[in-house]
Amino acid sequence: MAKRTALYAKHLEANGKMVDFGGWDMPVNYGSQIQEHNAVRTKAGMFDVSHMTIVDIRGQDAKDYLQKLLANDVDKLKDTGKALYSGMLNQSGGVIDDLIVYRMDGWYRTVVNCATREKDLEWMTAHAKGFDISLTERPELAMIAVQGPQAIDIVKQVKPQAADLISGLKIFMGQPQSGWFFARTGYTGEDGLEIMIPEEEAAAFWQTLIDAGVQPAGLGARDTLRLEAGMNLYGNDMDENTSPLVAGMGWTIAWKPEERDFIGREALEEEKASGVAMKQVGLVLEGRGVMRSHQKVVVEGVGEGEVTSGTFSPTLQCSIAMARVPADTGDTAQVDLRGKLTDVRVIRLPFVRNGQKQFD
Amino acid sequence: MSNTPEDLKYVSSHEWIRDDGDGTVTVGITHFAQEQLGDVVFVELPEVGTEVEAEQEIAVVESVKAASDIYAPIPGRIVAINEELVDAPETVNSDPYGEAWFFKMEISDSSVLDDLMDAEAYAAICE
Repeated sequence: MAKRTALYAKHLEANGKMVDFGGWDMPVNYGSQIQEHNAVRTKAGMFDVSHMTIVDIRGQDAKDYLQKLLANDVDKLKDTGKALYSGMLNQSGGVIDDLIVYRMDGWYRTVVNCATREKDLEWMTAHAKGFDISLTERPELAMIAVQGPQAIDIVKQVKPQAADLISGLKIFMGQPQSGWFFARTGYTGEDGLEIMIPEEEAAAFWQTLIDAGVQPAGLGARDTLRLEAGMNLYGNDMDENTSPLVAGMGWTIAWKPEERDFIGREALEEEKASGVAMKQVGLVLEGRGVMRSHQKVVVEGVGEGEVTSGTFSPTLQCSIAMARVPADTGDTAQVDLRGKLTDVRVIRLPFVRNGQKQFD
Repeated sequence: MSNTPEDLKYVSSHEWIRDDGDGTVTVGITHFAQEQLGDVVFVELPEVGTEVEAEQEIAVVESVKAASDIYAPIPGRIVAINEELVDAPETVNSDPYGEAWFFKMEISDSSVLDDLMDAEAYAAICE
């Protein structure tokens, strides 16, 4: 039987349509995915993300360990609470997973994907050899992402004891408070918080957010929001056979200091030296139809690529996609839409940030 | 609103068929189908005058989630299409048995309707 989060009963109560997601019974929508999407862009919505895996890393070698394990460099985290997005790569430079790491007071907290949990833990454990660290999973924490222009104000209102702490959070920062953890992060392109909560307190907090007007939103809206925001989905936009250099993750590789020997570095340096063949772009289809993952992209006179994620954008009212295309691709391409080659525009990601269209 | 109205006929590809009693039938997709698809964003309809075979792909409905073919439930000729649906595809979600009809077909032999599923049989396959 699929696993259930502490909010399962709340999802049923809100008429959530439940589906299997990485072994978890999760709501894909509560009626209309588009309505949930729009609530996040214009007001506030919330997602149960308790299925995600939280791993705490403690011990005197925690920093050295993460500097070996991750392509980004935790040495950039100068203050307690600061967070970093990074790929965790294999020796050939493929992406095992993408994750967020928070610097805590003398330790680190990471959040990895649920579908990759087992192989991540295996990899993290295998590479802990020789480091004085401990890895502790935190399954007893539920997690609610409250996102949207009104999200932070509403959380401060319903959780006044955390209002000061939340006001002090800069973007991409997180801090603990009495067993809870408030982070100004998200996966929607809107401002908001990801809140970790002892699971026995999660349902009551979810209800206070509903009472304050926050719209429950499912996996469907989560996908259209992250796609508009140009954020990668593991398994779609990158995987173990994809280098971060072709998946729009070049900015997450910390090349300096040169002597930092993170896993995958050698492979990435070789790839860079011989020339990166592909790049990640956004596609916009202004006519009718919807682009979907795995559709072929044709760039006349240049070569071919592939749609890695495609959908209908509720904000832009047309189809958008993330795609991997030849590095020399210009402003236009064609996508094979159910057998019909259709003209699309090629843009730099993202499509939407803070409710606003990001391209001309 | 009932999720499977008693006065309609159904096929396993989730289209409903209403006998208009004048040699034509009206066709749409069921409540179950629209719920599986999620928010519908585009509808493509066949051309009026097209002669179609049963199970022929003749229309497309695209939701945020997926594209899905619509099949002719029985042989016949397309005599009308619901052009308003093209501009208001969300009606497929809100009123699948009413405003969101897809097309009307002229059929030569109304006895084929007897072979289609009734509401009870269709509801059983949606369990």
